[in-house]
Amino acid sequence: MWKDLFAKKKKYASLPSEQVRHEVPEGVMTKCPQCKKIMYTKELVKNLRVCLSCGYHHPMPARERIESVLDDGSFREYDADMISVNPLGFPGYIEKLEEDRRKSGLNEAVVTGEGTLDGHPLVIAVMDSSFRMGSMGSVVGEKITRAVEQAHDKGVPFLIFTASGGARMQEGVLSLMQMAKTSAALKRFSSDGGLFISVMTHPTTGGVSASFASLGDYNFAEPGALIGFAGRRVIEQTVREELPEDFQTAEFLLKHGQLDAVIHRHELKETLAVVLRIHAGGGESGWWRN
Amino acid sequence: MVAELEFEKPLVELRRKIQELREFMKTADVDLSAEIEKLEARLAKLENDVYANLTPWDRVQIARHPQRPTTLDYIERLFANFLECHGDRCFGDDEAIVGGIAEYDGLPVTVIGHQRGKDTKENLRRNFGMPHPEGYRKALRLMKQAEKFSRPIICFIDTKGAYPGKSAEERGQSEAIARNLFEMAGLTVPVVCIVIGEGGSGGALALGVGNHIHMLENSTYSVISPEGAAAILWKDASLAQRAAETMKITAHDLKALGVIDEIIPEVKGGAHRNADEQAKEMDRVLRRSLKELLALDGEALVRQRYEKFKQIGQVSFLQETIRAR
Repeated sequence: MWKDLFAKKKKYASLPSEQVRHEVPEGVMTKCPQCKKIMYTKELVKNLRVCLSCGYHHPMPARERIESVLDDGSFREYDADMISVNPLGFPGYIEKLEEDRRKSGLNEAVVTGEGTLDGHPLVIAVMDSSFRMGSMGSVVGEKITRAVEQAHDKGVPFLIFTASGGARMQEGVLSLMQMAKTSAALKRFSSDGGLFISVMTHPTTGGVSASFASLGDYNFAEPGALIGFAGRRVIEQTVREELPEDFQTAEFLLKHGQLDAVIHRHELKETLAVVLRIHAGGGESGWWRN
Repeated sequence: MVAELEFEKPLVELRRKIQELREFMKTADVDLSAEIEKLEARLAKLENDVYANLTPWDRVQIARHPQRPTTLDYIERLFANFLECHGDRCFGDDEAIVGGIAEYDGLPVTVIGHQRGKDTKENLRRNFGMPHPEGYRKALRLMKQAEKFSRPIICFIDTKGAYPGKSAEERGQSEAIARNLFEMAGLTVPVVCIVIGEGGSGGALALGVGNHIHMLENSTYSVISPEGAAAILWKDASLAQRAAETMKITAHDLKALGVIDEIIPEVKGGAHRNADEQAKEMDRVLRRSLKELLALDGEALVRQRYEKFKQIGQVSFLQETIRAR
């Protein structure tokens, strides 16, 4: 009896891990998933959500991304009020959409529009993984297709930031077909000389990596971003072989010839400006005649 | 002997009974022909009932039937002088995809399709019909060649999906699929796609950007396998049967969703019961398709394909309350 009383006494209070996580007040502080350091969210956001300690690139909300690369006040959004329906009558889908709209403050997983980057007019699409994991259903496919068509009509470059788990299951085969639809729009744009820059951010997988994300005239990625077709677990179950630690990271893809460059978020705008400038009629400027 | 499927069990029972009575009649010298006739009528009725009321899961079973005719079975029956062309000219030859040139009733064509095996040995060779990037790049090479020589392209779709493996990722599975979608969209020759078995996700779509898309009645086309969907949605792969219904993957579903053009009827019990008859049924649809598309020029073909995919999907708009006020 006495023994029992003492045994129950523990030196430290132990909390289930769920509670530990909530110790960090949501919003004010952010814990880096890579180095585990805790920092002020405000400072992290100011640093473009690149960890101040280890350089880990945290997911970036679409609005912040647009602000970080476009010239101040130049952005004009397209199709802001386009929303998903439930074409398959999938149980619980509408509720999930509503919940994500509330949580993310977005109407869908991609924001599209036009603006200028370092003075260069362009059409931009930015995916946001906080809405249904950035998955592509009819709305994402349609908004991206329309954005490409706008770039085509206006004769300006098209820039996309991808962040997506792939095709959206709740819209079944309609999601799958968005891969073909977006790719067809890009083909038409490309055939008429349009410039398309794809920047893959964490994560870009499945149907999105197997369609527009990989079709850039330039394919860039952010450091450490997960990029791939099949999920790591699926591959491990299929082949039963050890996968390298950097498997399906941006660096892995670079090594295997699948990317033009891996670019740090702090250098992204500058790099994009250079690419845009090089394509802004430089070859026709006729400097050699002077 | 054709392997029987789960939902065919009542039919198998009845067939066995009839067979037994026949045997008995031979040995015991009793006239049971009236009995047999009755049973045969019942069998015919039951057959009609079973095959007319197939559930999506039943169709998945038919689509996966080991003896279901494959791409090469249809090529043999529909085309003359098929010459298989190998290799992607970059890395290797992926036998999970076959392709080549042939004649369709005298018309030069290019034929490409996923190729799975019917037994273990052949499946190992064909990687169970799950292509690597070099398979898709071979397909694209042949499509570009077809375009150069103004040949229509016929694609047979029959895969569980693109192969999920380390080497496939290293060689750019995503890029290979994406590139095919992109390039197929711009082809200036007719492209007719026919789903003959399983149409599994991006790996199927990579041969699927056609002017016309048809499906055999019991084939499926989906963003993910029923097992995969069940595992992700309900964390339980055994709910695949339910997922097959929820995901809307049958030919009838895809027709209703506006994705495909025609449903090609199958012989009773499924294509594996009679490949020759099935090929004839397919021939009728393919002929009509090609005739219609050959009347269009390159530009019109690209436009028609673009518009076809552009209209797929369903969206809505938030009520613009502010503007309404």
